[in-house]
Amino acid sequence: MRTVPVRPGPAVPCGLPAAARPIVRLCLVALVLLAFAVPAGATTDDDQFAAAVDALALGSYNDRVAAIEALAALGDPRAVAVLEALMARDLYTRKDTGAVVIGAPADSRRQVRPVDPVTGTIGEPVRTRSLAKIRVNNRVRRAIRSALGALTLADPEPARRLDAAQAVFTARDPDQLVPVRRALEHEADPDVRAALVQAAAAIELAAGSPAERLAAIAVLAESSDPAVQALLSERLLDRDGAPVEPDDEVRAAAADALDRIEQRIAMWRLVGDVYRGVSLGSVLLLAAIGLAITFGVMGVINMAHGEMVMLGAYTTFVLQDAIRTHAPGLFDWSLLIAVPLAFAVAGLVGIAIERGVIRFLYGRPLETLLATWGLSLILQQAVRTVFGPTNREVGTPDWMQGAFETAAGITLTYNRLVIIVFALAVFAVLLAVIRKSAFGLEMRAVTQNRRMASAMGIRTGWVDALTFGLGSGIAGIAGVALSQIDNVSPNLGQSYIVDSFMVVVFGGVGNLWGTLAGALSLGVANKLLEPTVGPVLGKILVLVAIILFIQKRPRGLFALKGRAVEA
Amino acid sequence: MAGHASRAQTAPIDLGGALLLIAVLGAAVAVPYCNLVLPPSSPWHVEGWVVQLLGKYLCFALLAVSVDLIWGYCGILSLGHGAFFALGGYAMGMHLMREIGDRGVYGHSELPDFMVFLNWSELPWYWTGFDLFWLAALMVLAVPGLLAFVFGWLAFRSRVTGVYLSIMTQAMTYALMLAFFRNDMGFGGNNGLTDFKDLLGYDLQADATRAGLFAASALALVFGYLACRRLVTSTFGQVLIAIRDAESRTRFLGYRVEHYKLVAFVVSAMLAGVAGALYVPQVGIINPGEFSPANSIEIVVWVAVGGRGTLYGAAVGAVLVNYAKTYFTGAMPDVWLFFLGGLFVAVTVLLPRGLTGLFRGVRGPSAFGRGAAGG
Repeated sequence: MRTVPVRPGPAVPCGLPAAARPIVRLCLVALVLLAFAVPAGATTDDDQFAAAVDALALGSYNDRVAAIEALAALGDPRAVAVLEALMARDLYTRKDTGAVVIGAPADSRRQVRPVDPVTGTIGEPVRTRSLAKIRVNNRVRRAIRSALGALTLADPEPARRLDAAQAVFTARDPDQLVPVRRALEHEADPDVRAALVQAAAAIELAAGSPAERLAAIAVLAESSDPAVQALLSERLLDRDGAPVEPDDEVRAAAADALDRIEQRIAMWRLVGDVYRGVSLGSVLLLAAIGLAITFGVMGVINMAHGEMVMLGAYTTFVLQDAIRTHAPGLFDWSLLIAVPLAFAVAGLVGIAIERGVIRFLYGRPLETLLATWGLSLILQQAVRTVFGPTNREVGTPDWMQGAFETAAGITLTYNRLVIIVFALAVFAVLLAVIRKSAFGLEMRAVTQNRRMASAMGIRTGWVDALTFGLGSGIAGIAGVALSQIDNVSPNLGQSYIVDSFMVVVFGGVGNLWGTLAGALSLGVANKLLEPTVGPVLGKILVLVAIILFIQKRPRGLFALKGRAVEA
Repeated sequence: MAGHASRAQTAPIDLGGALLLIAVLGAAVAVPYCNLVLPPSSPWHVEGWVVQLLGKYLCFALLAVSVDLIWGYCGILSLGHGAFFALGGYAMGMHLMREIGDRGVYGHSELPDFMVFLNWSELPWYWTGFDLFWLAALMVLAVPGLLAFVFGWLAFRSRVTGVYLSIMTQAMTYALMLAFFRNDMGFGGNNGLTDFKDLLGYDLQADATRAGLFAASALALVFGYLACRRLVTSTFGQVLIAIRDAESRTRFLGYRVEHYKLVAFVVSAMLAGVAGALYVPQVGIINPGEFSPANSIEIVVWVAVGGRGTLYGAAVGAVLVNYAKTYFTGAMPDVWLFFLGGLFVAVTVLLPRGLTGLFRGVRGPSAFGRGAAGG
């Protein structure tokens, strides 16, 4: 064992108002004990544990330190509550029976509720006079802290062990070095191991010899955690700019390690930005892909496209509402059920719009634009009348919740990932429908030469209606996805309409691959600009860039060639 | 080409235009008279707020005429004309802010309230000179004109036409809206410019000033209409109509199509700027909401409702739709969007020549050729 400088810590954790503290503490003690009461039998014998607890009350301070170490060595989670109580001077021996109890606060200041450390049962309040407080000194406190660290580091739950290791890293308490080393000996979980190694290095950096500090820096340099970055830069310079580290060699190593960590963090930030960009791009792709069909294939400017997205989102809302009341068990499946339903609702509304209004306006794109804008106003107001103007809550199934934590503290949420995959799947299915199915063939025939297609026996009017329905239905599907990341309100569609037109125009009309490329590049460009210039200016820059780009290539990235262009 | 055009297309003024001019000039005299001279007890007395409202309608009418000039006669559907209107309005608003002087809430002699609030120490360079009315008036024309010139020059030169152009103009106004919402642009951010006190020394709250602004709006509409009418009845206007109906053919005949379009676009943007400049002192505020794409599309609907390609129809449509908006948003706010939406659909499907088209008759002086419908 190595000797380490003694640093007295605060004996009693505080922070709550004094009046609230007793109640909170009572609850905490009870909770901790109850939580451990069940698995406890599995880890140690009750009698053995009770004997170890009773040993705390006997003998001198030296004996007490030995008893604490023995108790910690049992590895019983129930020991945590006991040791915390001892630290807070809440551990007593009953004068009548000699049993060790935890004193939980009672209503009166002169009474405490005795809690049995083994079973966790709370007894009737007793007078404090009938109890003897178990005394502690600084040496005992240090032993308690070390034992507590070891106990949490030995918790059967890896997540708790990870928390404990991270707590040690932040506290950098030299007393914890030994428990950390001991925990490292039999730690199997790789994440916890890494955290423990880092914690040990952090302690050595603060309190070790120059050689140990050098070794610690070598360990820390492998990290890409912003906390490590902060730790190293603190070590280099304090707040007034004076160097903290006395040893030149160590200082140079720390500066070098800091550079490497910063580079790695910058790389992870970039990964995070690109992920967010691809995620935004996939949202744009979903919103624009239906537009690419109605606008790109049919030449119809559907300003009500955003409202189809909104209808899809509201379909999800209504469906979830019905599931909650009639079949709560299906809730995890609600989004999957909503996809075909939203497709049907938006698709049928789209077919109705095509048959009712748009077919009278073929060949007059600007009039179509105005009429569909009018329809979008009507749809918005209709939804506002039925569902009210406020945002509606659409739930997220459990399997979409959560996030990855990457190294540099960047979180990548699952729902975004699901949307990226979903958008690509929709894109692939649509491409297959247009390329491989009979309907796709008819659709392309009508697009390329309407009269010839008609002469070949294709019902062009019907194909028009179905194509418009397909485009609208896909917008409805987009609505299901958007309901997960955006507010479901009557204005939902409005916020996407300009962006989706930009995507289609940028990518090139009449080309689905262009839409894919356009959506992803606009999404990534937006998110890469965001950290440097801010979200609003970034968006403005992207818009201006598109306006300028269109001057150079008036037909977009992937332009159609041939006669169809002039039509 | 001029030989084939009907008389209504070349005459200095047509019947509808004459009626419009008589009505507007009559109102320019009658409304201030009824407001200022007649006592409040008179049944013909016009309240101050009505004068203000009518003045607003006239500004919208001028804006609609400017849109009709390029859409009805040149086939350029601009979905961003609200941007030119708002820029003219901001130029005037900046002058009015400087006019406030030290009467603002913070009492700073140089800086408008919002700059004091943001802890700015001096005026940004682009606010220089806006305390001079003549310079502000020049900017009302120059800023929208310059933007239209740059945008149009780029777009027309590379032959961005039809729907693409419409979407680009929409993107333009959207980008400007986002930009003006930013506080560090120096235009008051979200709240825009407001709390105006007076214009050229006249109190903006006084009835006489309001009546004067109303008359000024009426005159601006008359001059704007006459200028556009002059433009479209000239040889230049005949080429514009040719471009609208068959752009490629006109180009092959040797006309520099992009130059014609550019001139029409810039003139139209300047008129829109004037309309905005007259609008701001009457409503007392200008904010970035004026740049919203929805606003610009609404302008196009005024023109479509009135009947495009007539100029006077645009003015009539603007007044009618805005009257309907005032009525509905007051009486039945929930119905307004249904009505406006229905109007869009009904006019485009059933009345492609607008309301004034009903009176022009089937063989009347239609401005629409076969290809015109495609815009």
